[in-house]
Amino acid sequence: MQSQDEDKYDEMFGPDGTVRPAYAEFHDWFEKQNPAWLHKKDKEAEIVFRRSGITFNVYSENAAEERLIPFDMVPRIIAAREWRKLKRGIEQRVRALNAFLQDLYHRQEIVRSGRLPVEMLQGNDAFLPQMVGFVPPGGIYTHVVGIDLVRTGADEFMVLEDNARTPSGVSYMLENRETMMAMFPDLFTRIPVQPVSNYPRLLARSLGACAPACAEAQPRIAVLTPGIYNSAYYEHAFLADQMGAELVEASDIRVVDGRVAMRCTTGYQPIDVLYRRVDDDYLDPLSFNRDSMLGVAGIMDVYRAGRITIANAPGTGIADDKALYSYMPEIVQFYTGEQPILKNVPTWRCREEDSLKYVLENLAELVVKEVHGSGGYGMLIGPAASRTELEKFRQKLRANPGNYIAQPTLALSTVPIFTKSGLAPRHVDLRPFVLVSPEGIEITPGGLTRVALKKGSLVVNSSQGGGTKDSWVLED
Amino acid sequence: MLGRAAHGVYWMSRYLERAENTARLLNVGLRIALTRGADTTREDEWRSVLVTTGQNLAYRQLYDDYDGVQVFNFILRDKTNPSSVLAMIQGARTNARMVRTSITSEVWESTNECWMQLGDALARPVREHNLGDVLAMIRRLTTQVRGAIEGTMLRNEVFNFSRIGTFIERADNTARILDIKYYVLLPSLAWVGSHIDNAQWDTLLRSVSGDRAYRWLNKGTMDAKGIAQFLILDSKFPRSLIFSYDKIRSNMSGLALEYGHESPSHELVRSGCARLHQTDIDKVFEAGLHEFLTSCISDTVRIGNAIAADFKFVE
Repeated sequence: MQSQDEDKYDEMFGPDGTVRPAYAEFHDWFEKQNPAWLHKKDKEAEIVFRRSGITFNVYSENAAEERLIPFDMVPRIIAAREWRKLKRGIEQRVRALNAFLQDLYHRQEIVRSGRLPVEMLQGNDAFLPQMVGFVPPGGIYTHVVGIDLVRTGADEFMVLEDNARTPSGVSYMLENRETMMAMFPDLFTRIPVQPVSNYPRLLARSLGACAPACAEAQPRIAVLTPGIYNSAYYEHAFLADQMGAELVEASDIRVVDGRVAMRCTTGYQPIDVLYRRVDDDYLDPLSFNRDSMLGVAGIMDVYRAGRITIANAPGTGIADDKALYSYMPEIVQFYTGEQPILKNVPTWRCREEDSLKYVLENLAELVVKEVHGSGGYGMLIGPAASRTELEKFRQKLRANPGNYIAQPTLALSTVPIFTKSGLAPRHVDLRPFVLVSPEGIEITPGGLTRVALKKGSLVVNSSQGGGTKDSWVLED
Repeated sequence: MLGRAAHGVYWMSRYLERAENTARLLNVGLRIALTRGADTTREDEWRSVLVTTGQNLAYRQLYDDYDGVQVFNFILRDKTNPSSVLAMIQGARTNARMVRTSITSEVWESTNECWMQLGDALARPVREHNLGDVLAMIRRLTTQVRGAIEGTMLRNEVFNFSRIGTFIERADNTARILDIKYYVLLPSLAWVGSHIDNAQWDTLLRSVSGDRAYRWLNKGTMDAKGIAQFLILDSKFPRSLIFSYDKIRSNMSGLALEYGHESPSHELVRSGCARLHQTDIDKVFEAGLHEFLTSCISDTVRIGNAIAADFKFVE
């Protein structure tokens, strides 16, 4: 999809070509570098990523393949003042998300008050009846959250979606910074950039703070991965390694004497906190998906007995359901009593008759997403679709309107990338990572900037050919 | 440490050792192909490489003759061959990836690089003129991984499992090579001690990179007993059976120390070592070399299985 050039906002350059203040130092440095040397550095970075195995798996029809996520060396820079506001907005939203989950699985005040239609929960697979009436250890539902933000103007940041299940990408945030520091150390002595490297330590502390009462003083944390063929396996291994936690697969763990335990060389040892990177469906074959080979039979019973912490809590998926997304402004207001600091992208719920009518009539200008989809799969980008594609999608919409939401095509901001012919603007988004524990909310400055590498493209997903950038938040 | 991680580290090391040993065997095949001699000698050599690495049956399902280029491509890179060097390296890398949190970055990166470079080198059929380079590359890259393990790993259970994997594989490999070559070279035990073509014995020693060491130790005299003594009982030679078994034992002791107790596999290792230490080469020949080696091979297999069970490699 192409964006209209006239109303797009470039984060480095103003409309008249002047460099915006946050980028001034970087631009000054960049101009002084020999392009041939920069290209050489670019190649070196790719070799480093390959050698370290910083890859993600892609599944095509034939075979699994390990690919690199392309890395662009031009950082995305956020001024301290901009970040302060974003941070407040993110914190507010994440607080609301946890209060919302607590309410949904208990008294459902928000439904009683008429602000959320009960149909949003009924028949929604993301709502887990097994969680009703249960308080997770520490009272935390979403230990790790990723809030996807897009920018459309100088002061216009909007939330594109909330990732409250198992947000991924944080390893790229960390590796991108490492790579930049190794490639261009002088940049970091010139420009005061807020560090991100303590994320794994904060994650370990945050998870530890939610440990169940039966845990030892030094809680035993394990990262549960679906295995080496999972697209985010690199990240699972990376985080376990950085936290000094065990990296386990479902086949390593079972319920032993009322605890969830892992099979060690000397026998089974209990786990206190399980940072799971598998979906709810694959958690417990006894409670959820009976066909699952990936789960741990009986883990939900141990969980409900308060003898293990599962992060994020089962059933948090209801909070990032795309159908519920459009209610987020009401949700934030309902639980915090404040106006939302971060706006939502205007969204039409196709389940509502008027909205469906509007969406069908204006399909060519809209982006349509599946309510339960992720990773950019199964979505329609109106402006980029052919007549036939639009017609086919209209039929899908009519057949199952409740399965879709639609949003306007946003004029996403751009940040330049480094190309053979110099700097060229490309669309970006931002996923800051948020840690929640009884001790409070921690937001790592910046996050993961994803960038569409194709000129004019708005699709930043790595599964669809997007790349990443190091994201800098400047010190005051 | 997770049982699955111990399993992964153990097999990562076994696969690397096996890939390296296979490269060494192929090097001998190449050398013989390059020396003047009857075609049957060459074919025998290629066949013995297939037999030693246990790939002869799979090979015979595809081919009728032992053409060199055909044999070494099958062993190096044939997609239908689950024991190819490429499959070994892939197996080592998959295991390393699985136990990524138990090994150091250096070990992971050298294993990954080994896989990347050999993947490139073996992407196309190997021809006779570049076989030597490919084999040198396999040995260099696997040696680098061993160096990374030696130089960066903590001396703990992870290291012990890695070493146990290496030396179980090596003991198995040396016993097999000696058994098969000896069998081929000596159809009758009556020949032991008689004069044999030096070049033939030379290939046996080269298969375990022991030719120079042997000559250095024995000042050039080459006889069957001397070579068998060297490969089985010389505790200075790092590819001998006794050396491999001593290493298995010392790493098993490391585990016993760390875990505070011994397991049934410890007893098996101890008696395996005792058998080697309490014999000499004359006794070995009296009892029959082939019989001795076969029972060593099955002991090694038994030890491997006992370790897998004792340390909960699988559910």
